[in-house]
Amino acid sequence: MPDSDFFLAVELAGTGAHPASWRRRDSRAEDLFTARYWVDAITAVEKAGADAVFLPDSFGLQPGGAATAQGRLDAVAIAARAAAATHRIGLLPQAPVTHTEPFHLSKAIASLDFATLGRAGWEVTVSEGAEQAKAFGRKSPQEPAALWHEADEAVEVVTRLWDSWEDDAEIRDLPTGRFIDREKLHYIDYAGDYFSVKGPSITPRSPQGQPIVAVRADEGPSIQVAVRRADLIRIAPPDLDAAHARRAALRSALLSADRDPDAVRVLIDIDVHLAGTAERAYEELAELDRWSASGTAPRSGAPAATGSVLRHIGTGDSLTELLAAVSDSGAADGVVLRPLAVEATLRHLATAPPAPATTLRERLDLPRPPSRYATIQEGTPS
Amino acid sequence: MSSTKPRKSVHLAAHFPGVNNTTVWSDPASKSQIDFESFVHLARTAERGLFDFFFLAEGLRLREHLGRIHDLDVVGRPDTFTVLNALAGVTEKLGLAGTINSTYNEPFELAKQFASLDHLSGGRAAWNVVTSSDAFTGENFRRGGYLEHSDRYRRAAETVEVARALWDSWPADTLVVDRDAGVFAKDIPETRHRGRQFDIAARFVLPPSPQGHPVLLQAGDSDDGREFGAATADAIFTGHGTLEAGRTFYADMKGRLAKYGRGHDELKILPAATFVLGDTAAEAEERARHIRYQQVGPQTAIAFLEQVWGRDLSGYDPDGPLPDVDPSGDVNITRGRVRHAKDPRAVAEAWRAKAEAENLSIRELIIEVTARQQFVGTPAEVAERIDEYVQTDAADGFILVPHLTPGGLDEFVDRVVPELQERGSFRTEYAGDTLRDHLGLRHPHHRTSVHEGARAS
Repeated sequence: MPDSDFFLAVELAGTGAHPASWRRRDSRAEDLFTARYWVDAITAVEKAGADAVFLPDSFGLQPGGAATAQGRLDAVAIAARAAAATHRIGLLPQAPVTHTEPFHLSKAIASLDFATLGRAGWEVTVSEGAEQAKAFGRKSPQEPAALWHEADEAVEVVTRLWDSWEDDAEIRDLPTGRFIDREKLHYIDYAGDYFSVKGPSITPRSPQGQPIVAVRADEGPSIQVAVRRADLIRIAPPDLDAAHARRAALRSALLSADRDPDAVRVLIDIDVHLAGTAERAYEELAELDRWSASGTAPRSGAPAATGSVLRHIGTGDSLTELLAAVSDSGAADGVVLRPLAVEATLRHLATAPPAPATTLRERLDLPRPPSRYATIQEGTPS
Repeated sequence: MSSTKPRKSVHLAAHFPGVNNTTVWSDPASKSQIDFESFVHLARTAERGLFDFFFLAEGLRLREHLGRIHDLDVVGRPDTFTVLNALAGVTEKLGLAGTINSTYNEPFELAKQFASLDHLSGGRAAWNVVTSSDAFTGENFRRGGYLEHSDRYRRAAETVEVARALWDSWPADTLVVDRDAGVFAKDIPETRHRGRQFDIAARFVLPPSPQGHPVLLQAGDSDDGREFGAATADAIFTGHGTLEAGRTFYADMKGRLAKYGRGHDELKILPAATFVLGDTAAEAEERARHIRYQQVGPQTAIAFLEQVWGRDLSGYDPDGPLPDVDPSGDVNITRGRVRHAKDPRAVAEAWRAKAEAENLSIRELIIEVTARQQFVGTPAEVAERIDEYVQTDAADGFILVPHLTPGGLDEFVDRVVPELQERGSFRTEYAGDTLRDHLGLRHPHHRTSVHEGARAS
């Protein structure tokens, strides 16, 4: 694995990003709804020296019908379940904001940060379509612009709540009998188009102050939200030239948005399948594709097994070479490996010497931000 | 003890110390209320003591007093689901119960979160369903938060109904995982619900969890709350302190079960209880007195008084007599916590009379009227008293509320649990793996078939 500050993450999507991955003998598909499956996979990624794991989530079933692995555990729950079994790896569950309450989300991720001593992040997503809207029955399906406008507000609410307790709000002052200094707790008084939230949080400021926020920004209105809000921006370019161009565009957008482009990391997705030899890896991929073609035909909207994304089919060694090349190319600040078949690829990932335990923020070389409310208070007499 | 009835087993659970003045933060042994290590310590102690479950309360808005955030008691708590899932990783058998409000959450999301906790803990999840009609708390949520009082339990009941329908929605043979045929799961049917609160149509995202339904706890004490509990809950979390009050409540709740087609043992009554131990009865009493003074410091005594008087009383001496001015009638002076006085003038008069008759200062009076230590004595005495409550049907067990974080349960587990075991009233090992096993509750799908059988006969 390349060292230095190149960021390496792995996304664990069920038994794999390939819709037929569950059919492999080694897929452990029967265990998909057990803690053991997820803790094993996440600790394997940690042992491989990766910096973080992404955990996809949704309120909808996976498309593709009976021939795909359907069903999913709550991603924040999986991350929390793995907290005590891991020590170094960042945990970035997805959590959609369309039908949920930012107040709950804020304390959930902050609590994950407490349980992991500063390794928590949150990948912001939205819930598209009628199916999930009907599961909540609260509002009609929204257009992407509205979904991401709401997401933008949700991130604002969540990050304000994370700042709503200053770091040293707990004072335990015996003479005055005060457990907290109430001057260091702040109402966020947020009022937007989708939310009005009073605050403060019920959860104190967590080890990272602000857990890491990730946003996928390939197209449409999600790009602006990523530019305004994200510490990590995920993109899925078709090749390294495209990655280069997109990262350059994002960096100039960050500048225009008055943000420091060096304080935001751009990660590119790479679909991966590893085996003992390159030939074997290609054979196994061909088998996965055959299963997909012969299985119950995926319904429209199912993710393609192949497509216009970067992919690497080969061995652990050739992956290491590729990552070094990506790192050298300057096309990205890091990658998110998406194993097409989780068990097979994790087995062939090289193991790395244990990295020192740090916060996810430190691993990303991002400073721990002070509470925005503490800054406002500076200089005012108490 | 009557020998006509078989000895009942005592059920015990551990409450993580809450955010009120019963939790003593000023003690040198008091550690963090928020660091994960504190939760790990209490949960592992409870599991070492073979307790049924760990219990986490919830609050969704910081309390205010005199228009500002209340600063005298412990403040700050984590997210219920995150902590319980994380604790599932450091315990093996212990049930994991959490309070989740049914007013500020949506049933589909709750069903997914509780089913996930049940899967990830191997069948140890429990949900303490609470309701709110509190616009103050609602200001933190997009719903804006106000639900008419009469709608609280309607929404709670519908929330549970939808969650249970979703938990049951994958037929038993749905999950196939047939690699050769290429079938992972058969068709997952859509669950439809149209009620006064929700209009929902959804396919659920998880197969049935180890317990079928996570265990349902309920804590409301109004008539609506009791009916909801009798119809719905697996266990009731109450606050009836005395033996007499306990027996009355116990008989009332168990009596309500029949009309819902439920058996006597399908609902466990688990009051909250505090305890103080000592090597002698006198030492326990002395420790209890010391703890009461820790719980009600001078500033806390004044704050309690201000709740009833509805005005700033900071000029009064906590060690002096009660104010002779009358309450203002402002009952909203403290928000986000249960109010102590429905009729402040009557309370003030009663307190003045008591203070005068017993020659009590403000602080002494507040200690007298708020003290809730239930089991005070030697380990043998406390064990005997707990057992008496259970064997005489005042309770099925207790949810113990220690006053110290996180070591407040250590001594109980080390000294009282062996006494209970010696009396034959408490398990010496876990008999099963799930919380339903610990509580002696049937799997919900068995319950359904039992009812069908009962109706047919």
